[in-house]
Parts: sequence; structure tokens; C-alpha cells
Amino acid sequence: MSEAAISKVQQPISATNDFVVKFANVNGSGSASANELFARSILRMGVPVCSRNIFPSNIQGLPTWYEVRVSGEGWLGRRGGVDLMVQMNPQTWDKDIAEIEPGGYLVYDSTKPLTNQKLREDITLLGVPFTRLSNTLEGTLPRERQLLKNVIYLGALSALLGFEPSVVEGLIGDQFKGKDKLIRLNMRAVEIGHDYAAKNLAGKCRLKVARDNKVGERIFIAGNDAAALGAVYGGATVCAWYPITPSTSLAEAFTRHCRRLRVDPVTGQNKFAIVQAEDEIAAIGMVLGAAWNGARAFTATSGPGISLMQEFFGLAYYAEIPAVIFDIQRGGPSTGMPTRTQQSDLLLAAYASHGDTKHVLIFPKGPNEAFEFAALAFDLADRLQTPIFVMMDLDIGMNDWLVDPLKWDDSRKYDRGKVLSAKELDAGRQFFRYLDVDGDAIPWRTIPGEHPTKGAYFTRGSSHNAYAVYSESGKDYTDVMQRLLRKFETAKTMVPAPIRHDARQKTRWGAIYFGSTSVAMDEAFAKLEAEGRHVDTLRIRAFPFSEDVVDFINAHDQVFVIEQNRDAQMLKLIVNECAIDPAKFISLLHYDGTPITARFITNAIAERMGVVRKEAAE
Amino acid sequence: MTYIAKPKFHHPGLQKNAIGFTHRDYEGRISTLCAGCGHDSISAALIETFYELAIEPHRVAKLSGIGCSSKTPDYFLGQSHGFNAVHGRMPSVLTGANLANRDLIYLGVSGDGDSASIGIGQFVHCVRRGVNMVYICENNGVYGLTKGQFSATADKGSKSKTAVNSDSPIDLVGLALLLGATFVARSFSGDKKQLVPILKAAFTHKGAAIIDVISPCVQFNNNPDSTKSYDFVREHNEAVNRIDFITPRAEITADYAPGTVETVTQHDGSVLRLSKLAPDYDPHDRAKAMAYLQERHAAGEIVTGLLYIDEEPEDLHAHLNTVTTPLNRLGEKDLCPGSAKLAEINESYR
Repeated sequence: MSEAAISKVQQPISATNDFVVKFANVNGSGSASANELFARSILRMGVPVCSRNIFPSNIQGLPTWYEVRVSGEGWLGRRGGVDLMVQMNPQTWDKDIAEIEPGGYLVYDSTKPLTNQKLREDITLLGVPFTRLSNTLEGTLPRERQLLKNVIYLGALSALLGFEPSVVEGLIGDQFKGKDKLIRLNMRAVEIGHDYAAKNLAGKCRLKVARDNKVGERIFIAGNDAAALGAVYGGATVCAWYPITPSTSLAEAFTRHCRRLRVDPVTGQNKFAIVQAEDEIAAIGMVLGAAWNGARAFTATSGPGISLMQEFFGLAYYAEIPAVIFDIQRGGPSTGMPTRTQQSDLLLAAYASHGDTKHVLIFPKGPNEAFEFAALAFDLADRLQTPIFVMMDLDIGMNDWLVDPLKWDDSRKYDRGKVLSAKELDAGRQFFRYLDVDGDAIPWRTIPGEHPTKGAYFTRGSSHNAYAVYSESGKDYTDVMQRLLRKFETAKTMVPAPIRHDARQKTRWGAIYFGSTSVAMDEAFAKLEAEGRHVDTLRIRAFPFSEDVVDFINAHDQVFVIEQNRDAQMLKLIVNECAIDPAKFISLLHYDGTPITARFITNAIAERMGVVRKEAAE
Repeated sequence: MTYIAKPKFHHPGLQKNAIGFTHRDYEGRISTLCAGCGHDSISAALIETFYELAIEPHRVAKLSGIGCSSKTPDYFLGQSHGFNAVHGRMPSVLTGANLANRDLIYLGVSGDGDSASIGIGQFVHCVRRGVNMVYICENNGVYGLTKGQFSATADKGSKSKTAVNSDSPIDLVGLALLLGATFVARSFSGDKKQLVPILKAAFTHKGAAIIDVISPCVQFNNNPDSTKSYDFVREHNEAVNRIDFITPRAEITADYAPGTVETVTQHDGSVLRLSKLAPDYDPHDRAKAMAYLQERHAAGEIVTGLLYIDEEPEDLHAHLNTVTTPLNRLGEKDLCPGSAKLAEINESYR
């Protein structure tokens, strides 16, 4: 097809620092490293990117994708659509081709001529003979050539998109520091790809990256990594966990950070204990044992783990034991989509366990809050003497996000809550484990071994009175249960408040969202504003809901609730807990396992607002 | 007689141990178990053990699961923190508690339903990890609180009033040996003379000490055809040895005929003097211990005594290389790397 023919059908997309590139790879082919180098190259040119790994539950052979959004304006959510597809996996050719925007580009391996493959007339083909080029790398083994094929496409893209050569060279130098032979080999692969594209495809790609200074001080970090750092900074000493995607990298990051930051320089001994438990039940059991005994302890898991831990959550709620649980949510139910993202454990976590229970949930929006909320969760758990669920998801946890540097205030002290010391007990402070002496429904506790004769009590999941004595009296039971409800009210004053953002002009429309939806929501909000569709927004950051949530809903006629699950779980939680008429809400749900896009939100809200306007006109 | 409250008055002439505590100081609430329950005898043996070892009660953390046996920690050591966890999950809670404070003494009390059925996974893994604890399984072969169903330790062919058990039994002692426990013993709740020295040895052992104590259920499993009845255990009890526990401070004076006594010195200097009842039994040979147990079980005997000991055990803290200060005593200074370090960390993510 000639270039003239293409232009008749569709003008090729022309964009600088504002486009989406998607890599279609085979899992286990070593593409992840090259793809990350691609994203980091753009960052080093001062242009913001966000990346999403869309990967299978598999080690080798199945399709995997990596999506990079380049956004000079700094939008960090998924936009929707693909402008340039790097197609390296014949298994998914048809699907990938179909996803390209009209006027977009396809980079593919042209070693063999295209025969029966589906093609489109409205896209530009950019063939590079990757296999043939990789075979020209002398003195390499077949497996190395397979890996270097990825580096060759990085080189070709650097020419097509106009990267500064020094940027790629610098990154490869950093990555293989001290291994000169590997640096030379990888740079050779970059050059081969670059030279081929520069010579044969010059002027064909109108997507460009131009140096800017929009990245600034920001860092590129995954939420699990940031949350693990938050646990280190928040004083966690005991971590018990069981491997489960997508939470595994949190426990592994905690291990890595502790080995660097928590080893006594003199003795070489560890100021932490990490146990890979036999299952999630044992993991939460260890957390409760450690926290009961005065250490800050946590587990990281995902939906199936939360299901298994249910009985212990009831014990922790009723016996009032602190615990921090990171739930890195994935697609459920059952094994579901273990490598895809969802916000579908809300109801499971909020009311976890049998009997009447309610739990505190906090919702970080990305790695920054994952760090902050992780550290905060340990204070909340100690202050409220109850499990705190940090509700993350795969999108936050496992993707690298471009975010502001992590911050820590050195004057900050850990708030260990109401713990009576031996000194206070000696001074005559009365101790009754479950008695509300301060009116905030939070009782005092003691740590085992604290005092020879004062402060011992018996912890149990069976019914007990305010003095921690076994009791089958109905009144003793309801007294404790009522106090736990009042304690939940106290929790409202301690958890992160929601964040409200008002439209330029007064509006009857509101929108509620939370967690990883936030980055896409920021962009959708701006787009809607620009179109003259005014929507006030409220980002919920915790359960129980504060009065601000009720006020926001009451202040609007119609409120969108945007979430990444099938059953509108946040909406249900609001309706249930705030006693609000469900007719007030419009539910917008995205739950196919991929992170929600700005385009999805913008279109869904615009459509609903349009329809309502029309109805009003009739 | 559980409705009569224990008197608070202590006789001034009560005997005191080395640190000035009387037996009363090691007691707890009045038991709510049935009269004659083997578990109460074990509680009494524990009280005697702590008294004789002169352990301050608050240095002990007592943890349990669910069931008759797991109720007992309320009935001794009233000055200790107790934790009655969920069914079969005491081992994980104890492991976590131990991680938080390595300085306390950890006692896990469980039963055969708690340890061999619902909690067998946690039993297995806490033994593998070598958690420094004394783990007692009060083993009666039945579920008492739910009124008499067989448990997984009930012998094949053992009869209750209404049924015959046809499933193979799980032997927790055999399992513990297989899994690398560094102290394994079996005893009988009706034999305090054997049980107390075993408990004393176990509490001075710095690793996972597993003790299976046959403890008849008078209500549901004490009938003539049960292999966990008082009569059956008394008739078939084959002790391989008797322990004389000697604290590090005491002098060893008695003389014994050669070959009849083996002396085991524990890490803390305490000495176990084992009177050999089975002359060829060697409590240091794990493989032979397992074979011996199998043989004697097949012959219908219940082997008791100190079955295996490793005097130089390694515990979970040694494996994890944790600091000597209990983790629950560390504050910001030890735990928080601070903002300057965070700036460096940020740099590594650019």
C-alpha cells in the first residue's frame, strides 16, 4: 500500500509528547526489561509517562502486553486506545491490529513477508526485520539473540520517535553497571535497530518525543514497593505472608528494604522478622500473635487470602487486637483473574468474618498514598486496636507510577495508642481490658510480660465482659458489642478525610471515586470541564465514611459512583451505612480486569448527563 | 464444684519457692471441666512445674486453640497473659507472639482435635520452624465439647459407647520426630511423677518441645474398650525412661550403676538424668526412636518418656538472625530510617 493510499483513507496521527504505545509480547521472552527501558528513556527526556503491565498468569508462552502512555500534560491514568502498536507476538496479531486508533502505526517483524495476516488500510506499517537483524549479532547464542531482539526494537523506536541517543545509552549503562561486555552488546543491538529505522523508515512516523522538563523531582515506583517502604518507616517489625499475586512483590520489597535499612551495623542482626507462612490463615495468626505481644505486624495478600483469613478477622475485631492487612485486589471471584486488576473486595473486607463486624478500610490512590497510608495504618491499628485494611489493587501495586518523591517528617512519633506501662500500673492506674474509661470507646491494653503482678488479662474470642472475664450474660455481651459500634464512630475522626474538588460552576452533578481510579478521574474531570459538563467530585479515602461523604451526596441531585467491580460495592456500602436513597446514584462500573481509562469515564458521564438533559427538555 | 469461688486468703505458712512464690501464685481460675478430667491433672502438673522451676508467672505467655484442653490456660497462671485463639490456630498465634518478644516463655496448650485434625497444618509447620515453645497436646481421642465424636488420634478399633473408630490414628509424637522437633516426649496425665520432670526439661529446652500427654476423657472416652481410658493407659504404658531434672544450681550427688542412667546437659546448664527403663533406648537417635515407636505401637503399647532430645537446638530466632532485644521493644530510633535516607531511596527510583 502506498503512502498516498493511506493518506486518502486516514491522515496518520501526528503528535508530540501525547500518545499511547503498546507492546504485544510473548511472556518469558525477556521483553519486560526493554519495555521498561523504553518508558524510562522518555522520562529521562523530561516527559511524563505512565505504564501498565497487562500480563497473564503464566511464566512462559502466553501473550503479555505493556502499555506506555506518553503525556506532556502529565495525565497518568490510562487514556484508552493505542497510537503505536509494537507487535512481537503472532498469537495476538488480529486483536492487536484491531486496537490501533485510525491513523495509528504498527511496528512489526518484517523478516518474513506478511501473507495471510489481517491488515488495515487506515494505519501505517513500519516493518523492521528484527529476527534477521538479531542474527547479525556475532558471537551470540540463540537465547541471547531472542533477548536482544527486544533491545533492537528499542533502538528502532528511539529512531522513529526521536529519542536523544545519550538517554538510551545512559540507561543501558546504569542497568548493566560494571558489566562492560553486556553494555557493548546491548548498545550494539540498539544501534542496529536505530540505524535500520533511520535509513528505511525516515519520516514515516509522526509521533515524536521532544525534550521537556515536566518530570522534575518525580520518581517512578510501584505501589507495592512504596507500601513496603511505608511499613519500614511505620515501624513494622513482623511480616507474615503467603505468596499470592499481586501482593507477593509487597512482602518481597519489605524483605529487600529491611535487609538494606534494618540490619544492626555492629552485630549484623535483623531488626525485623519475616516469615513465609504455610497459608494465609497462619499468616494472619502470626500477625495477631505479634501485635497482641506489642510488635507492629502486617500481612500482604489478595482476595483469596482475605477469604481464608475471615475467622481471625472476627477474633481480632472482637478481642481488639491491632493488625495491618494490605489487600492488593485482583479479579475475583475464586481464582478469577489473578493477574488483572479490580476493586472487588470492598464488601468482603468491610464486613469480614461471621457475626456482626465492621472494619476500617483505607484507600490509597497510588504509590504516594500507599507509602503514607501504610505508615498511618500502623498508628490506626494501635490506636483503634483493630485490623486496618489497606485496600490497594494490582494496578497500584504492580505498575510503575510517576509520582512525587516520598516524604517523611522526622519529628513524627509512632502513636502506639492506649498501652499501659509498668510505670503507670505501679503508679496505681486501674486496668480493666475492655472498659471504656475515656468515653471514646477505646479501652486500654497491656503487653504480656510488662508487670509481675498487675496487668495480666485473658484474651479470647468467646464472649467476655468489660473486665475480660468469660461471660455468657446477654448484657455483658451487648455492652461490649455496643462499645465496638461506638469505637467505629471514633474511627471516623482518625481515618483520612475524603477530598472534594468542585467544578468551576455550581452543579447538581456529583461523582464519587476512590483508589486507582483517581488518575483516570483527574483527566476525565478536566475533559468534562472543558466540554462544559460540570461535575463536583469526591475522592473517598476511608471507611467508615465521615459526615463529609453524606454532605456531598446531599448537596447534589445525582451522584455518579465510579468503581472497578461488577456489583457497585462502594455504592452499596454508602447506601447501607449512610442510609441514602439508592435512586440518587448512578453507578459507573469498569471491571474487565484492565485499569479503568479516562475515556471510559468521560464517555460514560457525558452520555448520562446528555440523556438526562434531553429528558429534562422533553 | 465450679460454682464455689476460690478463697483469696493464703495461709501464711505456705511453702515458698526460690523467688518467694507459693503454689497459689501459679494457680488460675477454678476449672469448669468435668470432675476427674485428665486435663485438670495436667494443669496441676504445670503449676507444680512452674513452682519448682521458680519462674515468674508474668514471664510466661500461655496460648491455646479451641476445645476442652484449650480452656485450661484459664485454670493456671492467673498472673500470666493468656490467649485463647481460634480452633487449630494456636501455633500461628504463638509463633507471632514469639517473634514479637523472644524473652518470654511460650506455652501452647492444645488437644487432639485442635492439633491433629483442624490444626494439623499449623502443628506441622510450627514444629518445622523450631519455634521456642512448649507445645502440649492433651490427647484424649475424642471431641469433648461437642460430646464424644472420635478425633484423629483415636486408635483404629477403639470403641466409644456408640461407635467403633475405623480410621487410622495420627501419632503426633511420630510426626514431631519426622518434622525435626528437638524435644519430643509422651506422658500420661495420671502419672505426675513422670510428667512434671518432662515438663521441667521441656521449659528449659530452647527450641520446639512437643509433649503428647494421654489425658483420658472421663465423660466420653473412659469406657473399657477405649485405648485412651485410664485403665488401658495404665496397663499398656511402657516408659522408656524416667527423668530426674536437676537445675543448673543443684549439685549432682547420687551414684548409679553404670549403663542404667544417662546424663543430658541442656544449653542452660540444667541436667536431665534419665533412668533407662528400656535399656537399649537412645533418645538421641531420631530414626531409631521412630522405629521403636512403630514397633511398640503395633504391639499395643503406649511408649512414654523423653523420646528424643537435641541438647543444642536452633530456634526460629536463630534462623531469622533477629536482634537480641525483643522486637516489641524497638522504637523509632531503631526502626525508622528517616528523611535523609528516604531522599537517597527516592533517587534510586529516578
